[in-house]
Amino acid sequence: MTTPFYVSPQQAMADRAEYARKGIARGRSVVVLQYADGILFVAENPSRALHKVSEIYDRIAFAAVGKYNEFENLRIGGVRYADLRGYTYDRDDVTARGLANVYAQTLGTIFSSAAEKPYEVELIVAEVGDGPEDDQIYRLPHDGSIVDEHGSVAVGGNADQISSYLDQRHREGLTLAEGLKLAVESLARDNNGGERSLTAEQLEVAVLDRTRPQQRKFKRVLGSQLARLLESEGTPADSAAEGESPAEESTDTEE
Amino acid sequence: MDFLGAHQPELLPGNRPLPAVQGAIEAPHGTTIVAATFPGGVVLAGDRRATMGNLISQRDVEKVFPADEYSAVGIAGTLGFAVEMVKLFQLELEHFEKVEGTVLSLEGKANRLSTMIRGNLGMAMQGLAVVPIFAGWDVDREKGRIFSYDVTGGRSEEHGFAATGSGSLFARGALKKLYREDLTESETTTAVVQSLYDAADEDSATGGPDLGRRIYPIVTVINEDGFKRLTEAEVSEIARTIHERRLEAPDGPRAPLL
Repeated sequence: MTTPFYVSPQQAMADRAEYARKGIARGRSVVVLQYADGILFVAENPSRALHKVSEIYDRIAFAAVGKYNEFENLRIGGVRYADLRGYTYDRDDVTARGLANVYAQTLGTIFSSAAEKPYEVELIVAEVGDGPEDDQIYRLPHDGSIVDEHGSVAVGGNADQISSYLDQRHREGLTLAEGLKLAVESLARDNNGGERSLTAEQLEVAVLDRTRPQQRKFKRVLGSQLARLLESEGTPADSAAEGESPAEESTDTEE
Repeated sequence: MDFLGAHQPELLPGNRPLPAVQGAIEAPHGTTIVAATFPGGVVLAGDRRATMGNLISQRDVEKVFPADEYSAVGIAGTLGFAVEMVKLFQLELEHFEKVEGTVLSLEGKANRLSTMIRGNLGMAMQGLAVVPIFAGWDVDREKGRIFSYDVTGGRSEEHGFAATGSGSLFARGALKKLYREDLTESETTTAVVQSLYDAADEDSATGGPDLGRRIYPIVTVINEDGFKRLTEAEVSEIARTIHERRLEAPDGPRAPLL
């Protein structure tokens, strides 16, 4: 029988973190930022079927990068947690803070359990409030820690670079079109300073819109609406007007 | 729901032990619900009365609920169980939509409700039945459809119009004489409120429009734009017009003999 080599706990944890970070860095990024009427999610994602951004509950949405099967698992867990809580108590009792805590526990347990490989995912849980100051954005790295973010945040491949680009340019009270423009610009930046151009087909865009009349504030920005918002980039005066339109367009009434 | 069953079975209606009682329990009951289709949508409406034995337990109870964006449920029967059933039904549709990323078909939703009613059979045997009507816009076939149920969960699609609850006999009779397949949306809502008026006229457990207290029936319309509940102003307009005409002809509009 062979005796296993001694590996110090520090080394073991560092190895696992390194493994998870590398996995996350391979994928495309997701940007989440606050705009005047809510929270905007923009992901570079050519797939129409596999979503990186999804609805969790009335005011809560989820964005993730990394391995699809792993974060999909976490997403379904989150939906179950939220629906169960909302059914047992009240819809108002489901909060992003509670959900972020559950995710942190799950990720932390998996990260430090020697039996499992660490999840190669990084999550964002965001909740839109009645006003911009009530918005909450939590970032959950692979090791189960929680980072409370304000304004804008990026996760995934080029997260550091994109975050610093966003931090310099993000301001409060952006319109939807301005926010989208900023997000797309930041995602289009390459590792080595070059720029790619991203089209509407390569983007997955969704908003948590506090002005939506329905209880469920999550809405995907798709097709022609997305193209129109992207086109309005050049002229800031127009973009302000365009930013208003999605709220008015949603004529469907749920309750 | 399966998940709920595995994790917190006490939250599911079917999993509670039945209390051993003699005779029927006195609990608030909801009364009359009517539905009618028209080209381009479906109308689902209900009166506002809840009764407990021979007493009126609530005058302004709401018995028509949106199930999701394109469907609604109207409930008659034991109010507590019915409201819980609707809540669970809404939860299930929303949960499916979020997890799967697509919406259930209208047939799928109707079948699901059927299972839930069957789960309540034990309670129904003790006099605490729940009998809903499910109405919705079928996105695939592009038409409004109505499904009615019996206590055992038997599901049948109704063509044209349907009614459930204690006043349903009268409401259905009235609607039968007023309904035509080519009614417009506003004509259908009027016909439906007329039938509720007639039900309230004959059945003590059904409440008519209460002009004094401004309590009017709940009238909802589901069409390709989704679920919409008529505002109080809109329903009061319909109810008042009908009331005015009934002051002259108390039995309402007369159908031709042949």
